[in-house]
Amino acid sequence: MKRRQFLVLSAASIGGVLVYSLDRKALRLSAEDRAIRIPLRFFTQDEAMIVAAASARIFPSDDSGPGAKEAGVVIYIDRQLAGPYGRDRHRYKQAPFEEGVREQGYQLEANPQQVYRAALKDLTGFDRLSPGEQDAALTKIEDTYFFRLLHRHTIEGMFCDPIHGGNVDMIGWQLIGYPGPRMSNAKDVDQHFGEAFRPKPTSLQEIFKDTRFQPSEDEP
Amino acid sequence: MKTLPRVDVVIVGGGWTGLLMAKELGARTNLKVVVLERGAPREPHDYLTDMDELDYAIRLRMMQDASKETVTLRHDPKQRALPIRQLGSFLPGTGVGGAGEHWQGLSLRFSPDSFEIRTRTIEKYGMKRLPEDCDIRDWGVTYQQMEPYYTRAEKLIGVSGKAGNLNGKIVAGGDPFDGPHSAEYPNPPMKMPHVAEMFRAATASLGLHPCPVPAATISTAYTNPDGIHRLGCVYCGYCERFGCMIGAKAQPTNTLLPVIAKQKNVTIRSRSAARRIVCDGSIKDQHAKGVSYVDEKGEEVFQPADLVILSSWTLNNNRLLMLSNIGTRYDPVARKGTLGRHLTHQVSTGALGFFDKPLNRFMGAGASGIMVSDYDADNFSHKDLSFLRGGKFMLLASGARPIANFGVLPPSVTATWGAEWKKASIQWYDRIGAVIFEGEHMSYAGNFMDLDPTYKDHLGDPLLRFTLNWQENERNMSDFSNTKATEMLRAMGAKETTDPARLQNYDCTKYQATHIQGGTTMGESPEDSVLNSSQQHWDVNNLFVLGASTFPQNASGNPTLTILAQTFRVADAIVERYLKNPGPVG
Repeated sequence: MKRRQFLVLSAASIGGVLVYSLDRKALRLSAEDRAIRIPLRFFTQDEAMIVAAASARIFPSDDSGPGAKEAGVVIYIDRQLAGPYGRDRHRYKQAPFEEGVREQGYQLEANPQQVYRAALKDLTGFDRLSPGEQDAALTKIEDTYFFRLLHRHTIEGMFCDPIHGGNVDMIGWQLIGYPGPRMSNAKDVDQHFGEAFRPKPTSLQEIFKDTRFQPSEDEP
Repeated sequence: MKTLPRVDVVIVGGGWTGLLMAKELGARTNLKVVVLERGAPREPHDYLTDMDELDYAIRLRMMQDASKETVTLRHDPKQRALPIRQLGSFLPGTGVGGAGEHWQGLSLRFSPDSFEIRTRTIEKYGMKRLPEDCDIRDWGVTYQQMEPYYTRAEKLIGVSGKAGNLNGKIVAGGDPFDGPHSAEYPNPPMKMPHVAEMFRAATASLGLHPCPVPAATISTAYTNPDGIHRLGCVYCGYCERFGCMIGAKAQPTNTLLPVIAKQKNVTIRSRSAARRIVCDGSIKDQHAKGVSYVDEKGEEVFQPADLVILSSWTLNNNRLLMLSNIGTRYDPVARKGTLGRHLTHQVSTGALGFFDKPLNRFMGAGASGIMVSDYDADNFSHKDLSFLRGGKFMLLASGARPIANFGVLPPSVTATWGAEWKKASIQWYDRIGAVIFEGEHMSYAGNFMDLDPTYKDHLGDPLLRFTLNWQENERNMSDFSNTKATEMLRAMGAKETTDPARLQNYDCTKYQATHIQGGTTMGESPEDSVLNSSQQHWDVNNLFVLGASTFPQNASGNPTLTILAQTFRVADAIVERYLKNPGPVG
């Protein structure tokens, strides 16, 4: 049996107050905690560090606001890859796998787990490079299928409902003024012309406190 | 194989058309009706907590499971067909309610001339103007014959809108290009978000005729003729790809299931996947004996029935007839045969505009928006144009959800990741207006369906194969639509607009529309169509087929209202004529 892997991050390096919902439990951390140990479902610790670093270059934390690091994108991706999506549970997988034209869609056999595992092997040590070196390394692979997946998953992890492990504290939604699901916009939909109407974001679990959600990544 | 006790009617597929037929037969006859649905059962209250973009809109929780069943695609017979391994350009449903659960709610009538497209086009432009290989057909039914059924369908689902043509009289505020309506829409138009109002003002300033999109996401509480009460829309922005949390969007589960639940003669069997329609008799004079299917325990059983209704969406309507050896398969070389012929999709193009003010795009509904029909059908002169027919321009405020909409940028921003990309994506996120164009896709001799020789479904049956590509007519139409959409966005005050590429090869990775039509078309003669104008199989009198697989070609509008109207019409043909004298109803 594989030893359980943890992503260990220094709280100071992320900064501020974060809420990670881990295994459906909210966990509030503060800068006083020296380190965060997050149980991983798919990645090894080394792989998680690379994905955390790479997604933070795609969606950096800077003057225009927080980014992939604060939103917990790596946790989101880890769960997705461990779940049915990562295993291609719902993709047509019958052989023969033949090369087609672009408009016929992705035809290779490798599932997202395998795509990540292979690509991360080639990025060993990435998390220890300087930001400039990291950008150069990503530029080299930006036309690969892996990079397209990582890019897409970074956006998903920034803006998904927090139930999926990303968008921690609805940090992504706050960044763009998205309020999350709202039970009614009927009074507002034809108002506020030309001005930003920005209700306070709420997550699904906040709206439906008693509902036990089963996000797709927890399905068999 | 176990044989079940005989029933009067077996309906294959529990979506909009199958359940509507079940409801009609349940209400108007004493026949024992069984509906077979391959997917899971569903109830209206399933959707209260489904506003999760990731699981529903991105991971496609409600759609057909491609690991079990998909289609293969090639652009022409020389290319190797490969499976569409993950859904993209269209999203078939599964489960009770089918794609009718996660549709967008646009409820348009087709233009009157589209039912007689071949006759009208040749009359006006001559045979020579038809594109090479063009195979368009008349439907065998006219708009005038369809009109009362359109009205019934609009009342069933409570369409919100403004009729622009009431009994031939043009009414301000509606669509003046629409065919005559015998009644006003049951509900007033939806509220319009700001960006839709900008589009309305801009298109009016260009001399066009904007009007509200007719919507099944209803504007106010409504009780339909069956006594079904639904609430008005709250503009939450979770329509297409979702079930409606409050039932404001008409869906089979909220509009038909509550009626069927009270009908003792109708039974819905979910997790029951039809494999064959079993027939006896000679090829040209077959008789359907019933349907074999795999039940929820995985056992194959035979359900005998006197009447078979096939209503399992375009893909399985075609595949089941092919697997069951019913009808004459289309031969694209000899251009003979009918089954699988006339495959069409939808031209779906448009442009994006970038504005200086925020638009609060999170608010809206699937079908809340404004459309113009000035460039639809033959509403404008094609004399000097390089294409025939047209489509509708729309601005829909459907609720811009963040995963799908973040990172959409004007051409002046070239970064695709990193700090500059992030900053620009945040800046533009809520300042985008999309003018979309839904154009007609004519049928061609070279676009068809047959069975794939290589790839199988999870039960071992061959997958359906698409041979499908865009032709010059659609490419030229898309160029025209891109230019027009850009003009409209500029008139709305866009600072920048995208410069959409010319339509190239059919691309299964990019969402177009879930409008796949044809293959089991209705028409006027067995040489040209699979079904007669009552949607009865030419060769098998006790088999009727429902849904968009019966369309000889795509019209510009969304197909749902038309398939509902057709189903009411077929129900009349069955109840008033077929049951009294089983045989061809013509």
